[in-house]
Amino acid sequence: MSKNVGIVIVSHSPDVAKGAADMVRQMVGDDVPLAWCGGAPGGGLGTSVEAIMTAINAAWSEAGVAILVDLGGAETNSEMAIELLPEERRDRVVVCDAPVVEGAVMAGTEASAGSTLEHVRRTAEELRAA
Amino acid sequence: MTHSATGSVLIQHEVGLHARPSVKLTQLAKTFRSKIEFGLSPEGPWVDAKSIVKVMGSKTPKGAVLHFQAQGEDAQSAVQALIDLIERDFEPAS
Repeated sequence: MSKNVGIVIVSHSPDVAKGAADMVRQMVGDDVPLAWCGGAPGGGLGTSVEAIMTAINAAWSEAGVAILVDLGGAETNSEMAIELLPEERRDRVVVCDAPVVEGAVMAGTEASAGSTLEHVRRTAEELRAA
Repeated sequence: MTHSATGSVLIQHEVGLHARPSVKLTQLAKTFRSKIEFGLSPEGPWVDAKSIVKVMGSKTPKGAVLHFQAQGEDAQSAVQALIDLIERDFEPAS
């Protein structure tokens, strides 16, 4: 298991989520646990609490997981997914207030250097002020 | 005693210091303990080489000369490693 913070990408569109994840893999490398999810359970645009939980567990790291989301429901469903996690994991997952693609690359870069979850989150959120 | 080092290198990568090169430079800078900064002129202004947001935000174009300055125990090897990375066009060390 990686000691680096994991990254989860949640978009309404599976294509966007997968594309953003591809960018992180290709630019940042393989040192960061990474998972993505997107699309409604029945097909079409949307997000699913269950799929987000699966992605969090797939990208799990003892250092925690940073989630990047696109719009409204992606954020609320991510927060719901965090609440449904086992108690010992709940406090080590954060939703970043950052653009999904750029934030994922920035957070992934920071995570690849072994930074803490709080530092990874701050780097992604630095984009708002930049 | 504080160690410091400086060095400069010409950016020849075709798109300059854009997304992928910025990530590589930041990742390498973060493997050193020293404080590392670069500027487009020897007088600055200075950009924190360990901040991916600031490195990418510098929008350094092809043909620019990057001036590094580092302070700390491994300053010398940090500056050399970063110059090497740019000189081999951001490819992994062989």
